[in-house]
Amino acid sequence: MIVASILTTNLAILVLAGFIGFVVISKVPNTLHTPLMSGTNAIHGIVLLGGLLVIGFAGNGTFNKIILVIAITFGTINIVGGFLVTDRMLEMFKAKPKPPPAAAQDGSAAAGGAAGAAQDGGAPKDAGAH
Amino acid sequence: MIHPVLGSFFVQNPNFLAVLYIIAFSLFIQGLRGLAAPTTAVRGNRIAAVGMLIAVVATLLNRHEGNWGLIALGIALGTAVGIPAARQVKMTAMPQMVALFNGVGGGAAFLIAWSEFRLTHGYSHTPTYIAIFSLFAAIVGSISFWGSNIAFGKLQEILPGRPITLGAGQQAVNLVLLTLAIAAGVDIAAGDSSQGIFIGLLVCAALLGNAVVLPIGGADMPVVISLLNAFTGLATAATGVALNNTALIVAGMIVGASGSILTNLMAQAMNRSIPAIVAGGFGGGGVVEGATGAGEHAGVVRSTSAADAAIQLAYANRVVVVPGYGMAVAQAQHAVRELAKELESRGVEVVYAIHPVAGRMPGHMNVLLAEADVPYDQLKEMDEANPEFPRTDVSLVIGANDVTNPAAKNTPSSPIYGMPILEVADSRSVIVIKRSMNPGFAGIENELYYEPKTSMLFGDAKSAVGEITAELAQI
Repeated sequence: MIVASILTTNLAILVLAGFIGFVVISKVPNTLHTPLMSGTNAIHGIVLLGGLLVIGFAGNGTFNKIILVIAITFGTINIVGGFLVTDRMLEMFKAKPKPPPAAAQDGSAAAGGAAGAAQDGGAPKDAGAH
Repeated sequence: MIHPVLGSFFVQNPNFLAVLYIIAFSLFIQGLRGLAAPTTAVRGNRIAAVGMLIAVVATLLNRHEGNWGLIALGIALGTAVGIPAARQVKMTAMPQMVALFNGVGGGAAFLIAWSEFRLTHGYSHTPTYIAIFSLFAAIVGSISFWGSNIAFGKLQEILPGRPITLGAGQQAVNLVLLTLAIAAGVDIAAGDSSQGIFIGLLVCAALLGNAVVLPIGGADMPVVISLLNAFTGLATAATGVALNNTALIVAGMIVGASGSILTNLMAQAMNRSIPAIVAGGFGGGGVVEGATGAGEHAGVVRSTSAADAAIQLAYANRVVVVPGYGMAVAQAQHAVRELAKELESRGVEVVYAIHPVAGRMPGHMNVLLAEADVPYDQLKEMDEANPEFPRTDVSLVIGANDVTNPAAKNTPSSPIYGMPILEVADSRSVIVIKRSMNPGFAGIENELYYEPKTSMLFGDAKSAVGEITAELAQI
């Protein structure tokens, strides 16, 4: 029986993952470009796993251990920092609940109505500049 | 408690690991889909984070070798640095923080490749393809690490935002560095196991990372960070092939591919092409001289006072506020909202014109103004705002520069020619609040400031807007 080699299997996965990556991001509003960049940035922090696996084979070499601990530190910063900073950016896109009394105190009916509208569309809409 | 025998069966069964990896990257894909739409973005990011946690825990459960203490040390250090950095960074400094996080990812990739090289004694007794993918990760990871650090330095203004270039020889130097790095890689893959060659490869890639990003102007930096982000994704995928790790291959390649798409979208939004950005020199070299020359003959700059500006605004029918990075830095959005309220109470129509890349982060202005409770229907996108400028009495430009520069429309020799702008110069008069006459992020002069209809109010955006509001109250 002919068995696909590890290399060809991995190449198949690589190519398919590439297509998924292309398809997943087809159209993104301008306002989300930076958070999306930051989110994908966090995902490639998965390179940390490489450090976790290779350090098991570091043996007695002090230098190998040092560079792998740095690699694990870097990978962890990438993941932890990446997801947190994306979350903080996206917090700003959440619809903020606005207390109606504040709008009433405005005194101006126009401002009150507008505040209501803002509440409906709390997330900035597509900048639509493509 | 996990049954000692059953537990070890599950935990150390490679299929168990494979299943957890499949769950992890399904969550990554689902998370990324969520990140592409405003209503699902927060959840999308959290879904991806859960996927990451599963991938890390699954890997830890399935490794049999020692050095647990070192792993704990690395993860503890990374957490101790990453959490405060992400928590404390100011919103205005987000892009450079992303650059740093991206850079360390690339750094991890090349360090892992280096240790693979050392532990296998120069890839001896390993298939050639493993050497090739590992060396690819080393080169691309190193480029990404150094390039991202330069991008951080430029945005953080540790390094000058202006392009730093070797001039005409730049492209040749880059090509030589790339050739040297690849040549070293071919030599190693062919069997050379000398440490010196590998270090030489890393040094060439490091110099290349510096040489590619240094000539790129600050305004293009978000696009460059996105490009380097895709690079780190590719380095991660290559690391995965070298280590035969599916999670790394899938996650890295998805980031590599979606990152390239995103880079292209960002470049389009700024009307720039990626090759032109990477070729560098945006707003640099001789082009700057030309643009400055145009500014010189354009005439003098009129400076105004808060009191005069207040009078001008009070007797306008329609005022368009054009916010930019200066407003973000000064945190002036609340002051701007107060001024707008005061004007509205006098019957002046106030709207805000938002350029898609105003500030240094797409969507920056929408976010800040929403924070100050500016009614959503007063925020006008560029396409909606531009036709309305001719019937606008006063355009109040607050800390925006390049996105209002008429040179983008009128001066084919300008480095920003072709970039879509807010056509502020079409309005009847313009008040520009700005700290100084220093050029903006692209490093070029703004012809708008020399127009006879323009008056400049120099000062910090927050205090200047506050002063206008105070003067307005006395009219």
